[in-house]
Amino acid sequence: MFLAIRELTFARGRFALMGVVVALIAILTVLLSGLSVGLVNDGVSGLKRLPVTSLAFQHEVAKDSAFSRSVVETSAVDTWATQDGVAEAAPLGNTLANGRTNEGIEVDLALFGVEVGSFLDPAVAEGQRLAGEGEVVISSTAAELGISVGDTIELEPAGTPLKVVGILGEQHTFGHVDIGYLPLRSWQEVKAGVRAGDAAPERIYNEITAVAVRAADGADVDLAAGDKDAGTTSMTLEQSFGASPGYTAETSTLQLIQVFLYAISALVVGAFFTVLTVQRKQEIAVIRALGASTRYLLRDSLLQSVVLLVLSAGVGVAIGVAAGAAISATPMPFVLEAAPIAVATALLLILGVVGATVAVLRITRVDPLTALGGNR
Amino acid sequence: MTAMLSLSDVTLIHGDGEDTVTALDKVNMEVEAGELVAVVGPSGAGKSSLLAVCGALISPTSGTIRLNDLDLSAQSPRRLTAIRRERIGFVFQSGNLIPSLTSLDQVRLPLTFGKVANPRDPRELLAEVGMSHKADRRPHQLSGGERQRVGIARALVTRPQVLLVDEPTAALDRQRSQDVVALLAREAHEHGVATVMVTHDHEVLHHCDRVLEMIDGRLLPAESNASV
Ligand SMILES: Nc1ncnc2c1ncn2[C@@H]1O[C@H](COP(=O)(O)OP(=O)(O)OP(=O)(O)O)[C@@H](O)[C@H]1O
Ligand SMILES: [Mg+2]
Repeated sequence: MFLAIRELTFARGRFALMGVVVALIAILTVLLSGLSVGLVNDGVSGLKRLPVTSLAFQHEVAKDSAFSRSVVETSAVDTWATQDGVAEAAPLGNTLANGRTNEGIEVDLALFGVEVGSFLDPAVAEGQRLAGEGEVVISSTAAELGISVGDTIELEPAGTPLKVVGILGEQHTFGHVDIGYLPLRSWQEVKAGVRAGDAAPERIYNEITAVAVRAADGADVDLAAGDKDAGTTSMTLEQSFGASPGYTAETSTLQLIQVFLYAISALVVGAFFTVLTVQRKQEIAVIRALGASTRYLLRDSLLQSVVLLVLSAGVGVAIGVAAGAAISATPMPFVLEAAPIAVATALLLILGVVGATVAVLRITRVDPLTALGGNR
Repeated sequence: MTAMLSLSDVTLIHGDGEDTVTALDKVNMEVEAGELVAVVGPSGAGKSSLLAVCGALISPTSGTIRLNDLDLSAQSPRRLTAIRRERIGFVFQSGNLIPSLTSLDQVRLPLTFGKVANPRDPRELLAEVGMSHKADRRPHQLSGGERQRVGIARALVTRPQVLLVDEPTAALDRQRSQDVVALLAREAHEHGVATVMVTHDHEVLHHCDRVLEMIDGRLLPAESNASV
C-alpha cells in the first residue's frame, strides 16, 4: 500500500485517464444491462405474467416460432387437464394483428385468445374483465398510446371490431407488441380471417395455439408423458420465451456486446498496467535490489489496480444509474434492476483485475541487477 | 578480527557457450566493518559486477562470498532477498530514487519491505545527510547531489553491515562529489559499515581508507595503481 497510494496520487493524471476509460465502460455496462432487461420485458413480459408453468404446442413445431406456427386441437386441453400434477389447463390462442381505433389511433396488438372465466382470463386495473365475444382487454402500455375503455379497435384486414372493456395493470407485451386479451371464439375468428357477420366453418373453433398448463403447487408435471398422451410438444414458460418473435436474436446480440465489452475492459486495463510496469522497470529493479520480495511488489501493484478499478467503476455505475433513470422515463425499452447491474459490475471488476494481474506479473521478470551501473 | 565482507577466488562469467565474458577473475577481497574501500578501473573492467556479487544480485560462477560469516552461495533466492533487505545497502549512480516518493518516503521505503531488526529513524537520518529541509520534495525537485544524499540515507536506514556504492559522483560537480564521498566516509566510520565504492573520480580517493584497482576482472592493490 505504501508505494501504491503514493504512486496513485503522484501520477494522478495518468491514472485519472485510465479511470475515465473504466468509468465509461462501466456506464456502458449499466446502460446495456438496463437495455437488455428492458428488451426482455418488452419481448416477453406478457408471457412472464401468464399464471402458467408450461405450454403445450403442436407436435414437433419449430421451437423458435412456435407461437406463430403452432396449431393444437382443443381436445388436447382435456387430455392435459387430467395429467398428474396438473392443477389447470386452458386453451390459449396467439396471433399478431394491426388495428385502428375509432379515434384513428393505429395500434399493433398481440392477440391472446383465452376462455372467459379460465385461469388465463386476466384481472383488470381499469374497466371490466372479459365477459363476451367482441371484447378486448389491453396492456397498460397500449393505454399509454391514448386508447381508453369504451374505444373500438377495428382489426385489419377483415375489419373485425373489438370493444375495449378493460385495461391491465402492468406492461403486458409480446415481441415488443402490446397484448390484447380477447375471448377464444373471437380470437379464432380473427385468426381464420372471418369477416364480421360472416358464417365461419365449424372447424376453426377447434383450433388453438397451445394448451396453457398450470402445475399444482409443488407438483412436478411429467411433460414428456403429457405430450405423448396429447400429441403435443411442451415448453416450460421460460423455454417459450425463446419462441417469441426476435427474443433469441435480441438477447444473444446484447450478450455478445456485453461479452465484448468485458473483454475490451480486461484488455484495456491489462494494456495500461503493462505500459505502466514497463515504464517502471528501472524503479522496480531498484526496489528489488533494495530487498523487496516479489510478493511485496505484486501485492502493491495489484492493490493499486483494485483501487483504481473500484473507484472508477463505482463512479461509472453511479453515472450509469443516473443516466438510466432518465432513460427509463422515455418510451425506450429500458429497465434498471439491481441484480443484473451488480453482476455486470462484478464481472467488470473481476476481468479488470485479471487483466491487471497478467500485466503486473511482468514484475517477476525484472532483474534487480539492472539497478546497477550506467542506467538511464 | 574477521572481515565483515570477504571474497575468496570469486569468478563471474557472463553468457554461455562460445560467447562468454569473464567479468570477475578469481577476485579476493576483505573489507572490515567501518572501512571505506574504493574500487577504480577502466570501463568494462568488472567493477559493477563486483558490486553485484557482493550485493547478492547475482551468484558468482565459482568462489565464495561471506557476509560476516554468512556464506551467500548457500542461500536460497528468497533468503538472498531477505539478506539484501537486512544486511546490505545500495547506493546507485544518479541516486535511482523512486519518482513518486518524497525524500522522507524514499528513506522509509526499505522499512516497508518487511521486518527490520533495529532501523534508524528516517527523519534523523535525513537530517544527518543534510536533507531534512527537503524532506517533502520529490526527486525531480532535487539536484543531483541532493538525490545522492537521499539515496545514501535510504541505503543506511536498515543499519546494513555492508554498503555498496556504484559511481556516486558520476553526475556531480567537483564540490558536490567531495561532499558526498565525505558523507559516505563519515557514515562508514561512525556506524561501522563495511563500504565498497566504485568510482572513476580520482579526486575523491583521499576520503577512502584503501583503494583497489580492477583491470580485466582482476583486483589489484592500490600500490600498483600509484606506479602507473
Ligand atoms: N549481463 C551481462 N551479460 C553479459 N556480459 C556482461 C553483463 N554484464 C556485464 N557484462 C560484461 O562484463 C564485463 C564487466 O562489466 P561491468 O559492468 O562489471 O564493468 P564496469 O567495470 O562496471 O564498467 P563501467 O565502468 O563502464 O561501469 C564487461 O565486459 C561487460 O560487457
Ligand atoms: Mg559499472
